[in-house]
Amino acid sequence: MCLAIPALIVEKKGSWAKANVGGIVREISLELIDRPADVGDYVLLHAGFAIHKLEKEDAEETLRLMREVFG
Amino acid sequence: MRFAEEFRSRELVKSIADRIRQKCQKQWTLMEFCGTHTVSIFRHGLKSMLPDGVKLVSGPGCPVCVTSKTDIDKILALCDIPDAIVATYGDMMKVPGSKFTLAEKRAQGADVRVIYSSYDAIELARENRGRKVFFIGIGFETTAPSTAAAVRRAKEMGLQNFKVLSLHKLTPPVIGALLEGDCAVDGFICPGHVCSIIGAKPLEPIASGYGKPCVVAGFEPGDVMQAILMLVAQLEEGRSEVEIEYVRGVTYEGNSNALKIMEEVFDITSSEWRGIGVVENTGLVLRGEFADFDASPYVPQQIRSEPDPPGCKCGDILRGEMLPPDCPLFGRLCKPSSPIGPCMVSSEGSCATYYLYARSEKWMNL
Repeated sequence: MCLAIPALIVEKKGSWAKANVGGIVREISLELIDRPADVGDYVLLHAGFAIHKLEKEDAEETLRLMREVFG
Repeated sequence: MRFAEEFRSRELVKSIADRIRQKCQKQWTLMEFCGTHTVSIFRHGLKSMLPDGVKLVSGPGCPVCVTSKTDIDKILALCDIPDAIVATYGDMMKVPGSKFTLAEKRAQGADVRVIYSSYDAIELARENRGRKVFFIGIGFETTAPSTAAAVRRAKEMGLQNFKVLSLHKLTPPVIGALLEGDCAVDGFICPGHVCSIIGAKPLEPIASGYGKPCVVAGFEPGDVMQAILMLVAQLEEGRSEVEIEYVRGVTYEGNSNALKIMEEVFDITSSEWRGIGVVENTGLVLRGEFADFDASPYVPQQIRSEPDPPGCKCGDILRGEMLPPDCPLFGRLCKPSSPIGPCMVSSEGSCATYYLYARSEKWMNL
């Protein structure tokens, strides 16, 4: 139930956006997002609401830690 | 970067598991609080990669499973109000109340609609102004802000026929409540998307007060494995800290925008958790200024719920004190096709997950 999935914003109008969620484009609300997101940004989508803007650098940091041998 | 696939590589997961094996010297029991983590652990076969020293138990992090039978009966009672539309997330449909499930109620003629978003319920209320739309607000902090947004929207639009039955629950205090009981857990794999909203900070009392390390984890197999590594490292080194594995989804302070709207719409109250009991400061009710949108006054005062069926061990399982296969009903009388307890109903319930992924003898012993 607490699943949120990455969605790519493809269109934006005020606090509403259209986002590509695994190939399906649907309308989402940006009202609850933590920081401004724009077309081309990925967000975490939960029950029709974007709750967090995803940053490439954050994801890369985790991947780097995971790949560290004998960390 | 697509933020998911990159964290699923089998080789990556295996290499993290190898490091856990190198690091782990003693026996540790870790609880994955969240049902979505339980599903990820089983779907990706993570238990089979872990050393014997790491035992995983599931926690009460499935909102459907921890909803008390009285609260389910309240939802069923709302279905009986003439001209009512009950709008709910799909997870709730098959949970047994004292007499029926919502799905059965719908089959009997009640107008029950499965919705994807709280705004779908707003839309229903707008289209059906002559009828009351009861939205079932269920879920942890991940979901509560979306209910708050809908309540605020209903107020802005003057949609007096939109009513919320708030069954939302808060997570950090219930971890404390578990630790006050017989919960023999050494560390917690903490819920990523709950913490996208509240941040990692509210977990500090668990780490510093109870001395149980907390790692906030994402939901891909690499994330869960990495969180286990971080927990084992903390335990072996004698540390008890709050750490974030899910850096791409969670900040220490959380989502101030979502927290603000929750505070604007809800007051914190106590809440009854199935299997755990009433826990202070774990429930959310609508604040006085939003009372017009509260469904509680429509719920009959006297709801007498029947006790759980004899033999059902959902309570012990939700507290992490028992694994699903140890329940006498598991897989025999209680199956996803004919569930007796809520943990077998929800797709994220630990019993349903064990049943789906781990019925063979080998897995049962894990």
